[in-house]
Amino acid sequence: MTAIANPSVSIQDLSLNFGAISVLETLNLDVAEGEFIVLLGPSGCGKSTLLNCIAGLLDISDGRIFIKGKNVTWEEPKDRGIGMVFQSYALYPQMTVERNLSFGLRVAGLPKEEIAKRIARASEILQIEPLLQRKPAALSGGQRQRVAIGRALVRDVDVFLFDEPLSNLDAKLRSELRVEIKLLHRKLENTMIYVTHDQIEAMTLADRIAVMKGGVIQQLDAPQTIYNRPVNRFVAGFLGSPAMNFLEGRLEKDGSNWHFAVEDVRIPLSTYTFEREPTPVPAVFGIRPEHVAFNSGAGWPFTATTSVEVVEPMGSDTLVWLKLGGQNFTVRVTSERTPNNADTVNIGFDPMRASLFDAQTGNRL
Amino acid sequence: MSDRAVSLPLAVVGREASGPSGPKPRHTFSRRNIFLYGTLIVVALYYLLPLYVMIVTSLKGMPEIRLGNIFSPPLEITFEPWVKAWSQACTGLNCDGLSRGFWNSVRITVPSVILSIAIASVNGYALANWRFKGADTFFVILIVGAFIPYQVMIYPIVIILREIGLYGSLSGLVIVHSIFGMPILTLLFRNYFSSMPEELFRAARVDGAGFWGIYLRIMLPMSLPIFVVAVILQVTGIWNDFLFGVVYTRPDTYPMTVQLNNIVNSVQGVKEYNVNMAATILTGLVPLIVYFLSGKLFVRGIAAGAVKG
Repeated sequence: MTAIANPSVSIQDLSLNFGAISVLETLNLDVAEGEFIVLLGPSGCGKSTLLNCIAGLLDISDGRIFIKGKNVTWEEPKDRGIGMVFQSYALYPQMTVERNLSFGLRVAGLPKEEIAKRIARASEILQIEPLLQRKPAALSGGQRQRVAIGRALVRDVDVFLFDEPLSNLDAKLRSELRVEIKLLHRKLENTMIYVTHDQIEAMTLADRIAVMKGGVIQQLDAPQTIYNRPVNRFVAGFLGSPAMNFLEGRLEKDGSNWHFAVEDVRIPLSTYTFEREPTPVPAVFGIRPEHVAFNSGAGWPFTATTSVEVVEPMGSDTLVWLKLGGQNFTVRVTSERTPNNADTVNIGFDPMRASLFDAQTGNRL
Repeated sequence: MSDRAVSLPLAVVGREASGPSGPKPRHTFSRRNIFLYGTLIVVALYYLLPLYVMIVTSLKGMPEIRLGNIFSPPLEITFEPWVKAWSQACTGLNCDGLSRGFWNSVRITVPSVILSIAIASVNGYALANWRFKGADTFFVILIVGAFIPYQVMIYPIVIILREIGLYGSLSGLVIVHSIFGMPILTLLFRNYFSSMPEELFRAARVDGAGFWGIYLRIMLPMSLPIFVVAVILQVTGIWNDFLFGVVYTRPDTYPMTVQLNNIVNSVQGVKEYNVNMAATILTGLVPLIVYFLSGKLFVRGIAAGAVKG
């Protein structure tokens, strides 16, 4: 990881324990000015906890947090220069939208004109002007979340924190608001830290994704890098839908060439870039269903003939289940080329696009 | 045209051959209904009958009561017993009726209710949202307090009140009521506040509101139902209290319940049943009115407070 010169948010050796349970362990993360970072991981991986620590809503056990170069480790949430958007919107039900937006500013004792100015700006950006006099109960889910974003916006802060903001919305609204959040980020150019378990949100929004598991950041990189070169089996399996194919076998050397062996299948690895010098160990070979060519003739470093087990149409394309080396293997095929069950088909791929993991540690080889 | 020709016979067949369709028929006088409403009516009568007897008796004169027909309506309606119960009945040395006790009870109930709810709601809020160190222990101690029999504490409290010079005064009784209401009220408020979404609390903290800011501006406006429940519990509980009233006050500061007991149980002369009945109804009127005015909110609040532990 390259160091960032003037990080907007910098987390240094952060630890958090609840009694004997360690939730976050000596975690380090630097977020650049204006960067959109997505914390991605399954439930219970500590991503929301990390966000709450940055917000100051949870007391940490060890480490330091800097925001804009200022040590805010012991600061109250309001003094950290953050705005936060919650999954359940968390709008104050008894206040109108306008009062909701202005609550923090009124608490801070800002002059009336300033409050009005900021509300006007935020409601214009988010297009919620017609809703200002309504109560949250009279708003739809999407409108509520827009107001919740507005509440962070009026605070005029450097860092926005999003805690699964779209998880309560239906699929259509989710994709709409996703685009809006992206546009908002482009317009405001603020630092944004966004927690989600949805890989699509992560891939589409992030400048960099931090994939978390068990309170540890597994990989922190640009979405494409994470997608194409996952550092371990967990990251590889978590990102991508349909999920990556994993074949369990072993690395073998044949003269000077390495290949991956599973039952009678031999996958040559001459085009694969190893992270380190390979050794003959049990390994896992991973390749994404969309990186496998289907019935498209020879010319691939690896080809095989096998028969179709199950066909799953998904609309735009079809997932074809096969057996390779006695293990399940899926291929993504465009709808027009959907085969029938039990058809005999050819598949081929270039191991250059594959990922090899150590069977024991799960780390990339 | 052909559509209709086909669909008509189909509908007829549907009715007759393919079994039930549409809403299930319900009969007003089904066995279930008779059983259900029969039970409800019997139970309602069972509870209403004593009240009926009381009202009827309180409107009769003494000669009519001596006839012994306690269920028959009054032949001659008189409000004399009510007036006597309110302003002339004798308790000990005073002969100014229940009015004195009524105002004593008001002066005990109002401050006790306000004080206990004010403190308990803040307690509950702090326990639910500001999980300070030892919060759970504190809560357990408080709840255990609710199970200690009152009898154990009566005498120690007498001594404490005497030592701080409040024994026999109304303010002493107010303090006692406030303390004894604390466990159950705190539990009530804690459960209600923990049922509120935690993100709301977090959002308010990010917005910069502090302990009191969040309590007064976010939590209070959202907790009307639970406050109504607390008010009802406290008003009825304190108004109906007899034990603390008789122990911690003097004759001139007796609450209404103690005075009622003294009127009803005074043995000199004739037992004036009509006055006793009127006095009893007068004493019970306040809780009764409170229930009637707030029935719906009460149920809603009880349900809301019970959801989460």
